[in-house]
Amino acid sequence: MSERKTGVYLCSGCGIGEAVAMDELETVAVKEFKAPHCAQHAMLCGEEGVETIRADLAEGKVNQLVIGACSPRVMTDRFQFDNAQVIRANLRELVSWSHAPGDEDTQAAAADYVRMAITQASKTTAPEPWIEGEYSQRIMVVGGGSTGLMAAREAAEAGHEVLLVERSDRLGGHARGYAKVIPHRPPYRDPQPNDIEALIAAVENDPLITVKTNCHVTKTSGMPGKFQVELANGAGPSNETVGAIVVATGWRPYDPSKLGHLGYGVSPDVVTNVELEKILAAGQPKRPSNGQAPKAVAFIQCAGSRDPDHLPYCSSVCCASSIKQALQLVEADPECSTYIVYDELRTPGVAEEFYRSAQAKGVIFLKGKVKSVGANLTVVVDDALIGEEVPLEGLDMVVLATGMVPNTTIPDLPYENSEYAAAQLQADINPLSPIPVAGYQGEAPAPLPRPADNPPPGAPILNLQYRQGPHIPMLADGFSDSHYICFPYETRRTGIYTCGPVRRPMDMGEAAEDAAGAVMKAVQVVRNAAKGASVHPRSGDLSFPRIGYNTCTKCRRCTVECPFGAIDEDEKEYPVVNPTRCRRCGTCMGACPVRTISFDNYSVEMISSMIKAVEVPDEFEEKPRVLILACENDAYPALDMAGINRHTYSPHVRVIPVRCLGSVSLVWISTALESGYDGIVLMGCKPGDDYQCHFVKGSAMAKERMGKIADTLKSMALETERVAQMEVSIAESHKIGPMIDDYMATIDRIGLSPLKGF
Amino acid sequence: MSHQGLSSQTIAVVGGGISGITTALEAAEAGYDVVLLERSPSLGGRVAQLNRYFPKLCHPTCGLEINYQRIKKNRRIKVYTMATVANVAGSRGDFTLTVTLSPRHVKTTCTACGDCAAAAETTVANPFNYGLDQLKAAYLPHEMAFPMRYVVAPQVIGTPEGERIKAACKYDAIDLDEQESSFELKAGAIVWATGWQPYDAGRITPYHYDESPDIVTNVEMERLAAHDGPTKGKILRPSTGEPPKRVALIQCAGSRDYNHLPYCSRICCLASMKHAAYLREQYADVEVDIYYIDIRAHDKLENFYKKLRNDPQVRWIKSKPASIVPGPDGVPLVCGENTLTREIYRTPYDMVVLAVGMQPSTAAGRPAMDVPMDEYGFIVPEGSDGGLMSAGVASGPLDVSMSVQSATAAALKAIQAVSGRARP
Repeated sequence: MSERKTGVYLCSGCGIGEAVAMDELETVAVKEFKAPHCAQHAMLCGEEGVETIRADLAEGKVNQLVIGACSPRVMTDRFQFDNAQVIRANLRELVSWSHAPGDEDTQAAAADYVRMAITQASKTTAPEPWIEGEYSQRIMVVGGGSTGLMAAREAAEAGHEVLLVERSDRLGGHARGYAKVIPHRPPYRDPQPNDIEALIAAVENDPLITVKTNCHVTKTSGMPGKFQVELANGAGPSNETVGAIVVATGWRPYDPSKLGHLGYGVSPDVVTNVELEKILAAGQPKRPSNGQAPKAVAFIQCAGSRDPDHLPYCSSVCCASSIKQALQLVEADPECSTYIVYDELRTPGVAEEFYRSAQAKGVIFLKGKVKSVGANLTVVVDDALIGEEVPLEGLDMVVLATGMVPNTTIPDLPYENSEYAAAQLQADINPLSPIPVAGYQGEAPAPLPRPADNPPPGAPILNLQYRQGPHIPMLADGFSDSHYICFPYETRRTGIYTCGPVRRPMDMGEAAEDAAGAVMKAVQVVRNAAKGASVHPRSGDLSFPRIGYNTCTKCRRCTVECPFGAIDEDEKEYPVVNPTRCRRCGTCMGACPVRTISFDNYSVEMISSMIKAVEVPDEFEEKPRVLILACENDAYPALDMAGINRHTYSPHVRVIPVRCLGSVSLVWISTALESGYDGIVLMGCKPGDDYQCHFVKGSAMAKERMGKIADTLKSMALETERVAQMEVSIAESHKIGPMIDDYMATIDRIGLSPLKGF
Repeated sequence: MSHQGLSSQTIAVVGGGISGITTALEAAEAGYDVVLLERSPSLGGRVAQLNRYFPKLCHPTCGLEINYQRIKKNRRIKVYTMATVANVAGSRGDFTLTVTLSPRHVKTTCTACGDCAAAAETTVANPFNYGLDQLKAAYLPHEMAFPMRYVVAPQVIGTPEGERIKAACKYDAIDLDEQESSFELKAGAIVWATGWQPYDAGRITPYHYDESPDIVTNVEMERLAAHDGPTKGKILRPSTGEPPKRVALIQCAGSRDYNHLPYCSRICCLASMKHAAYLREQYADVEVDIYYIDIRAHDKLENFYKKLRNDPQVRWIKSKPASIVPGPDGVPLVCGENTLTREIYRTPYDMVVLAVGMQPSTAAGRPAMDVPMDEYGFIVPEGSDGGLMSAGVASGPLDVSMSVQSATAAALKAIQAVSGRARP
């Protein structure tokens, strides 16, 4: 930027002018900070107000703007100007709407927000994006089953070149063996023809798609737009460059040899649902033992699923797939009796019609648990409806509806798990963490035991050459899903998106849609990477972490703590940022003990200067000052909403929004303490199980770092209460005022900081 | 308003709930122009009216905030609220939508200062809280409304109070004379993300929903548990305002029933389990009975079911109640037969929550064009020319995560329609 000319624009609308003396704020800007231009307006967001700013920019009077008005969360479209950075001072929600009008403390708060904003303006520059060399728009799809084929096709339809890598010798995966598939189009009643062959042909004939079979990924390095992939196939290793990766490695059936209690192995006529698929695909169904047509077949649901000794989760598709298979048997031979033994029949959504159709066609459903399966195929059912044991006799086949195990590793490729791999897989939250309860009258239920987080055996799918290990992070149950309900594609490895049953148990119809969703994210990431722009949640952010190597001590905290594994280490153990992997949360900046990591528009120095810009009253004024570092995604909006609801709270707090609590540097805490603040509060979302942090572990990292600060406080002869972390969700605008006031009472109790005036 | 510059590469998204928002953002962030049309005064749809999500029990506003931030930063998205589609002509690459804008009576110059609400005296049923409480006739739809702009209710238009409300606004933002207007929008692809409405509980006549204030629906329960709801988040028995001691949660109220909704609405089992969690979180001594046909907790949601099964004060009764009748003191009695024990029950409860199903919004009014639908009213665009998509619950009964998945997929289909290679 050429010479910085910061214009300060102060709005007196929405009650700001009634709450505080505007001229005094102008004095702060002009006298204290020598702002080259300062103007007041009664409605800055109005056409006239905005036009004033636009004219000043056009004249070259100013080239950077400080707008003292409403919250930065509103009027963003009005206060958006080409080629001019805008810094907002929140004088409305945080001042005039939450503190008493005309009060000197309210005035002091407003003046401090103006000081902080002008200081921020002096320490920030418009981000220069990182753009370097060539960017690939090509999308690699790993896995050539139905999900991968759909993904390849969808990416090609969007105009992107595709590299499709399949480990076996041919495309189609499990689906190739299916005679019929579960219906997902109206009228949802009958098994549908399997069009996998047509899909395979379409992919093979697509000029934009390159297919490699007998091939797997041996190494992946780089970043979105620039992934370097090493592939192995018969011809030896080859290298490819791709822009994004879609992982569609699918599933494998749960090992039936572990299902001896359900009769697997007692007779060749006890088969799994996967084995029955092969029988059905071969033509007229035949019993494995004697080749005769089966006349009475029982399906046992949840064979290995929903079972703490086997798969804890519900495999979701087995109910509909057993219905499909039963209907196929009935269709092949209307004389064939079919029984489905279930605990909970799960045909959600429009699949209910499929269930109803099976009932209408004579498939018999029995609710109960299977007690035993005899060598003569007698299945004893503890029938829940009748309330007694019912033997199903005269069966000539028993089908075990085995569940889905995700292929988050390559199970048959031996792999020595590195310490990183194990740590990475064990870092997930506890899926059985307790539900909060107000209390119990009687005995509290025992907590559910946490399942073992053993890394699944086998080699990693992509073998990521990342500092944080070779795997795509997975959940405790082994699936590569995200924890977010609103953002199911937000993996912890930018540019790599999973879909199909490797993400969540699902049928082919849903997986086809999931493939399109994952491809959407892949298309988006390659296009943004080339512009140096971040993807979700800070979409479009051009800033990225810059490392000052002259002061870096190679402590590795940034490389270890990055929630997205965006930072690697070079051969000299210096951190290397992969900018297009970065999601701009600033956790690395918060981790760095020597404050050598910064963003163009967000730095340790910037926030430290803002903290120091606040006028802290001296010890004789008896007015405390508390710094609130608020996560801009949850706590800050909650503070805004407290203002919107006109909830009042102590005017002695000063709020600085941060990108994530993970970005909070301990330097800010010490700066605040040294500046005479009486307390410091970190406000952010809930860490731990069921975390809500949009950067996965920012609030958890902050909590860990704060845990260590108590000793430092004691060594400075300060009370540990002077630094606190508060969990505030965005929906707690009603609690935030009382929380602040409680904290102020604590400060009142322990007294003002002894460091004032030093 | 000028609509020039919109080319046939524009994607029109109809419906501004979580699905429409997602489709709009995913497409815009890949570099496409999007127009997002929402019928109500603010975005967020049904999701904004939920207290929390299952299974994490986190707040939907958290994800909405991120999405609103994304919209604010993205100049490619144009949002219209109070907008409905009256007509659609044309085909893929060359649609013309006639968009009707209902009067909000508040202009874009509104700063949300609230002076209009202070001047209003008349109160109207609060649509955000399903009419369970009242709000001023000049109102902000809710505290996190986006866009953050007030609405003046039609009840005060043409009254002296309306004039007082207008006079109270320092920013000349109130337009009492605003009429319904319309404009034409060119688009290359249209995504229907029109969502759902709760099934009308009054139609399940044996359940007597309209006859007892203590019989509420699951969507009302969300508002009763929300801090900005009619009871400020305290779940209280509507007839007495006392904490409930025994609560019945009735599954499949209207769903899986040929007389009502033949399909399974998918979300109600988990939503009711979440309601049990709300109750248990608030009251140590509350007992919750869940009446169900099948508990449908697919994939990892099974964990939530397991956790709740572990709670001795939550009981599971396999039965679809035959009737719910107001008892002698107005106490609702849930009557039927337990399918497992064969016991005939007639059990009084302080509160009964009907887990009503999701009905596609198309049931209330067909879309403005002949979009292919299944017999339930879900939009299934297969077989169209590729310019139409459906996303979220408009396409079938889905939970939030699956709706976002569907909406992300729809965004890809839409960008293929406006810029992908030609289809055979």
